[in-house]
Amino acid sequence: MAKGIWVFIEHHNGLIRKVSLELLYQAKIIAETSGDPVIAVVLGKDISSVADTAGTYGADKVIMVDDEKLENYTTGAYTSVMNKLAREEEPQAILLGNTAVGKDLAPRLAHRLGGGMASDCTGMERDEKDYLRFTRPIYGGKAFSELTITSKPIVATIRPNTFPSGAPDPTHQAEMVKADAVIDGDDLRAIVKEVVLAASLRPELIEAEIIISGGRGMKGPENFALLEECADTIGAAVGASRAAVDAGWREQKFQVGQTGKTVSPTLYIACGISGAIQHVAGMGSSKVIVAINKDPDANIFTLADYGIVGDLFEIVPLLTEEFKKLKS
Amino acid sequence: MNIVVCLKQTFDTETKISLNSDGKINEVGVTRAINPYDEFAVEEGLRLKEKFGGEVVIVSVGTEKVQESIRTALAMGADKGVLVQDPALEKADEWVVAEVLAKAISQLPYDIILAGRIAVDDQSAQVAVRVAEAMNLPSVSSILELQAEESKATATREIDGGTEIIEVPLPAVFTAQKGLNEPRYPNMMGIMKAKSKELKVMSLADLGFTEAPAPKTSEPVFSLPGSRKAGIKIQGEPADSVRELVRLLTEEAKVV
Amino acid sequence: MNFDLTDDHIMMKKMVRDFAEAEAGPGAEERDENEEFPMELWKKCGQLGLAGITFPEKYGGVGADYLSYSIIIEELSRVDASLGVTVSAHSSLCANPIYLFGTEEQKQKYLVPLATGEKLGAFGLTESNAGSDAKGTQTTAVREGDEYVINGSKIFITNGYYADTYVITAQMDKSKGNKGIAAFIIEKGMPGFSFGKKEKKMGIRSSATYELVFENLRIPAENLLGEEGQGFKIAMTTLDYGRIGIASQALGIAQGAYENALNYSKERVQFGKTLAEMEVIQFKLADMATEIEAARLLVYQACHMATMKRPVSKYSAMAKVYASEVANRVTTQAVQIFGGYGYTRDYPVERMMRDAKITEIYEGTSEIQRIVIAANILKEQ
Repeated sequence: MAKGIWVFIEHHNGLIRKVSLELLYQAKIIAETSGDPVIAVVLGKDISSVADTAGTYGADKVIMVDDEKLENYTTGAYTSVMNKLAREEEPQAILLGNTAVGKDLAPRLAHRLGGGMASDCTGMERDEKDYLRFTRPIYGGKAFSELTITSKPIVATIRPNTFPSGAPDPTHQAEMVKADAVIDGDDLRAIVKEVVLAASLRPELIEAEIIISGGRGMKGPENFALLEECADTIGAAVGASRAAVDAGWREQKFQVGQTGKTVSPTLYIACGISGAIQHVAGMGSSKVIVAINKDPDANIFTLADYGIVGDLFEIVPLLTEEFKKLKS
Repeated sequence: MNIVVCLKQTFDTETKISLNSDGKINEVGVTRAINPYDEFAVEEGLRLKEKFGGEVVIVSVGTEKVQESIRTALAMGADKGVLVQDPALEKADEWVVAEVLAKAISQLPYDIILAGRIAVDDQSAQVAVRVAEAMNLPSVSSILELQAEESKATATREIDGGTEIIEVPLPAVFTAQKGLNEPRYPNMMGIMKAKSKELKVMSLADLGFTEAPAPKTSEPVFSLPGSRKAGIKIQGEPADSVRELVRLLTEEAKVV
Repeated sequence: MNFDLTDDHIMMKKMVRDFAEAEAGPGAEERDENEEFPMELWKKCGQLGLAGITFPEKYGGVGADYLSYSIIIEELSRVDASLGVTVSAHSSLCANPIYLFGTEEQKQKYLVPLATGEKLGAFGLTESNAGSDAKGTQTTAVREGDEYVINGSKIFITNGYYADTYVITAQMDKSKGNKGIAAFIIEKGMPGFSFGKKEKKMGIRSSATYELVFENLRIPAENLLGEEGQGFKIAMTTLDYGRIGIASQALGIAQGAYENALNYSKERVQFGKTLAEMEVIQFKLADMATEIEAARLLVYQACHMATMKRPVSKYSAMAKVYASEVANRVTTQAVQIFGGYGYTRDYPVERMMRDAKITEIYEGTSEIQRIVIAANILKEQ
């Protein structure tokens, strides 16, 4: 009997996070070979429009758990609900995006389900024996690991931007199923007192399609304004290398690298960044890399698809101009 | 306050990774260090001890090489170390390590359990949260700040696009994100004293396991990344090369 | 004979290396350019227990051996030779003579704050007419009641101006030659003690090098270190041990330059291959590595003698003369390997080459070291 591939739908203010759409897309491809339905699982409050959207992005069925206690994500409540549903429905796999929520929920859920989990996967395929085979980066991307989960349900988090999100099909409707939120008292011990969201109109680094980063060559915090201006013309995020963060020019949350964030955008533009191995660990899986550096021997040029040897203070403004022309 | 810190020994982050003839990650000549994220956990534990008194106990799973890293944590100021060392753990996955750590920690007094949020080698970021689940304790992952009191703690946690403040009763598990603190260097006095501090090595049997927990994942197959195709350096005057770059990005690479 | 470092030594080495790379490295070039004394870093060294490594815990020290001390100075100097000599001069030249020759009161009053790093120390022996010829001391000290009155000046004093505590020498009876010299402990701020010229140097530019000026400086009689007439011996003994510090500094400079050159050779491509694939460069690197190992073994042997409280003079002189000459050869070759880039401030090797030179000069020139070695070997059976 087809058991289903579950995709945990992460949403905010009625909008589904892009990574969840990417998972629906890939789950559909997997399901085509296995005959499983793709099931979107939506937890929250007042989630019917989210559920509908999940349907248009390929879910065959949507399990909705609409409850006040689930309005905001909490580790305990979400683990409890997902665990109970999974034990009842016995899906083949539960897929989540490797987001702050995914990273927190998935391991707790996996352990409660008594099974294994694959984290931050950059590849997922059908496996004859264990249903799914995952590829994931290790050692900062200096190597890859391929593995299967031998227990069921499989739990995995997938890195954003690994799969395409596909186009919605407004005519596609999913079967809607409502379920109750069953939450143990022990799972309500943590209390969220406050949520502080930084007002940033730029995309999140880990989800951005395009990232422009600055390194030691930026020479000072005020010069990042050049990168910001460039980024804003094409809706890019702005990142920084460890050198820039350590110098206090940029906050740590914008650091790309082994001890910062790992990103895999479609385009990564590195300005004044030497390309030390620890930085490459954070952006090496970018689809296209552009390097702008005045040192022709900088290591970044060995992995850049396109490079310009020059002064970033001259090049970046010119780039901003060209992007403006493009977008107009 | 009884503080337990889970510590993992990993390769130094600058290590060049290669595979040996068995397809395993080459370990010859590799420098090992405390997982950088676990250093934040050790430091936070030491600060809690400085504030509340009590003890910091380091708990780890691994081979005897890990003793060196536990000693470093002891040199930083931790009081005792526990290393679970057993040949049956050679192929342990996150499930197994978490079950073993949970059992070891359960045999100690604990008010706060700290760990790094992720290890720089396998990058799974699962074990500490699994330990919390195994011990039926609340977990708060990826913390940037921790304010503890006798029976509860308030943590600031990093989430996508911001932070949230969470209050939990103790005991609880917290995983450290970069930015939580600046780990101290072990000072000379600490280094000299470290060798006389207790470091207990325990086997699975010592912990009370009749057999090793079974892994829930297959043995991984490793590969190295394919080298990227060599790129080009765009020549010409700045204005011309930028124009050419944008053309290539739009027409050839199609990324803008 | 065990050539391995103990676990403790390995941990110390790593700690100081991590500290030096993270904290001293990034600003080293700037401090060198601006001749800026590394005050904040010195304070951090104190907090890490690096200021009193060889002194017993009861005097605020760590109670570790000379090898530990050498490792610390080497690791600091590998990244920032100015910081290395700041700690070395403080420890070997100021704190150590007080430890070896001071009264219990002097140790409690002066050694403890030096060993904990609360205070910085310096040593004033050299004068404009008394460099290698230390007997030519012209600074005078006259006993007047329960005070000594000191007049004269000292030049080239490392840590001068910033140090709180100074061990200085002065001539009390010229007719007795070296046997007329006495050593004293003086403090910054004592009336009559001021600072003169700040030297502009070729290298170790962020190390403070100042002239000390004594104009009717009155100090309590209990600030005499050792006995009257013992000053020259105190100075020579101090230098015997201090040479281990400078040898370690030279070793660190050489090691840092060598590593930079080695890494560069692996990356720099010319004529279609890396420099490291060219035999000419390989031979240079091989020679550098070999000489550094030899220097290291001499330094470690001197440490062994010092820790065992066996006669150290010959060994510390050998270590110092050899390590300093190695440092000069290695840094010159390192700049050569870097080529044009090595001559610019983009890479640290030019600074290391400038830093290396002084190790052949201070705390006894290479010529003096050879005199010391010859004197020792000719005395031996």
